[in-house]
Amino acid sequence: MGEFTIRGRVAVAGVGETTYWKHSRSPHAEFKLALMAILAAAEDAGIDPAEIDGFASYSNDRNDPSRIAAALGCRELAFSNMQWGGGGGGGSAAIANAAAAIACGYARCVVVFRALAQGQFQRFGQAAAGGAAAGHDAFTVPYGVMSPAQKYAMRYQRFAHEHGIERPALRAISMASYHHAQQNPRAVMYGRPLTEEDYDASRWITEPFRLFDCCQENDGAAAILLVAAERARDLPHRPCYLLGAAAGSEYRNGAPVHNAPLYGTSSFTTVAPRAFAMAGIRASDVDVAQSYENFTGGVLMSLVEHGFFAAEEANDFLTLDNLRADGGRLPLNTSGGNLAECYMHGLELNIEAVRQIRGQSPNQVEGAEISVVGSGPMVTPVSSSVFGAEAAL
Amino acid sequence: MSYLPEGMPRPLADELSDPYWEAAREGRLMVQRCNACRAWQWGPEWCCHACRSFDVGWVEIRPRGRIYSWERNYHPVHPALRGRDPYIVVLVELPEAGGVRMVGNLLGDPMQEVRIGAEVEAVFEHHEDAEPPYTLVQWRYV
Repeated sequence: MGEFTIRGRVAVAGVGETTYWKHSRSPHAEFKLALMAILAAAEDAGIDPAEIDGFASYSNDRNDPSRIAAALGCRELAFSNMQWGGGGGGGSAAIANAAAAIACGYARCVVVFRALAQGQFQRFGQAAAGGAAAGHDAFTVPYGVMSPAQKYAMRYQRFAHEHGIERPALRAISMASYHHAQQNPRAVMYGRPLTEEDYDASRWITEPFRLFDCCQENDGAAAILLVAAERARDLPHRPCYLLGAAAGSEYRNGAPVHNAPLYGTSSFTTVAPRAFAMAGIRASDVDVAQSYENFTGGVLMSLVEHGFFAAEEANDFLTLDNLRADGGRLPLNTSGGNLAECYMHGLELNIEAVRQIRGQSPNQVEGAEISVVGSGPMVTPVSSSVFGAEAAL
Repeated sequence: MSYLPEGMPRPLADELSDPYWEAAREGRLMVQRCNACRAWQWGPEWCCHACRSFDVGWVEIRPRGRIYSWERNYHPVHPALRGRDPYIVVLVELPEAGGVRMVGNLLGDPMQEVRIGAEVEAVFEHHEDAEPPYTLVQWRYV
């Protein structure tokens, strides 16, 4: 990395979110949700929203920064950025982009945001009727490979085959999210615990994924406000610094029609090491992890590729006890994540990572100083971010 | 008789993919191979990923492969699939074509066991009533 690093140069000033709803249940328009989340993050930071001069998002968010800046009366727009790629692969990348803008002087106060109102727009897990498949889709869609589950299940299936992964490993990931959501009043699945029996009895969506292996679809918005590290100590909360971030994927991960040379991967094999190298940490330094659950199989591969355990150890490592905030070896998805808090395309995971460093998580890991987010396994690009307390600098 | 119900999206050929779809109509399987460096490539690209030559050709290959990965789909994500049986998708590796992979359905019982590594052969599924007609490439155990 040399001297070109954002390590410790940018801090999280504020985090905010709207109420989270089941998909299509938001009483508010998507653009309004974005405004509400951004204002919540500014209020959390104690920063005048007029001061926000930069915006970063991902996954083709529909809410244009120029319109947001106008709606909120921001004094000036200095940075408006969109990370390419779908799913949640851009969550940590948007934070990386915002941080780079601050570190390089393009902007001073940048908000990362994501808003979704699927009642207003189309849902992710449903295809349009009839039609035709063009381009490379012509080689997959007519065979019934359309939804995200169908596009990514075969990556995990191959990985599981190569490494002998068994179903209870996936179940533990799902159980961890639901377990943590029971302590989080923000979570859509708050008050709706999941048992092993519920999981085992749930219907197949796309074998090898059952219903509870798959993320929710939700309405809401989330925002994270970033400023230069020098300002962090003057802000209301315990400082939380960005230690490292990286985005991308391996050699030809995006080769068409499932022809990525390394197929059984969550796309983090080069990204996670880059993020950790920038942060100057090893996997064993991480106190708490948030790993984007589009599907539990993606989480499993992502944890392996972040170096938390070897693929051959997955069956033994992945138990609910090991993943719990209270005493687990690797506390995972401690707000409930995409499965049980809210599918805000993973930005809720970055917020939870910040809350862990501040000591404000609903499932606080005692003394957490380094927290990690892996955004969007199996898509390309994916991204990782590492947050740290003052002591980790 | 097609494996999936009528009303599924049809494939659209274009300038880049046309040789594949034309050959499939005739029951032949074609993939890209670079005329300059002989690298295999799938799906079709405008240039060779190995040597960047735009002189990428097409070659007919023996329609045999082995199952590299698979999934069994239950949730009907397309209106044509509502109320229908589950169906199997296989990712087939073609060892005689540099290991390129193709996606198709595994014909037969939708609840059959799927074995990674098993040998399969292509079955050309002609949709003659479509306008214009097209052909999908399906797979069955050898």
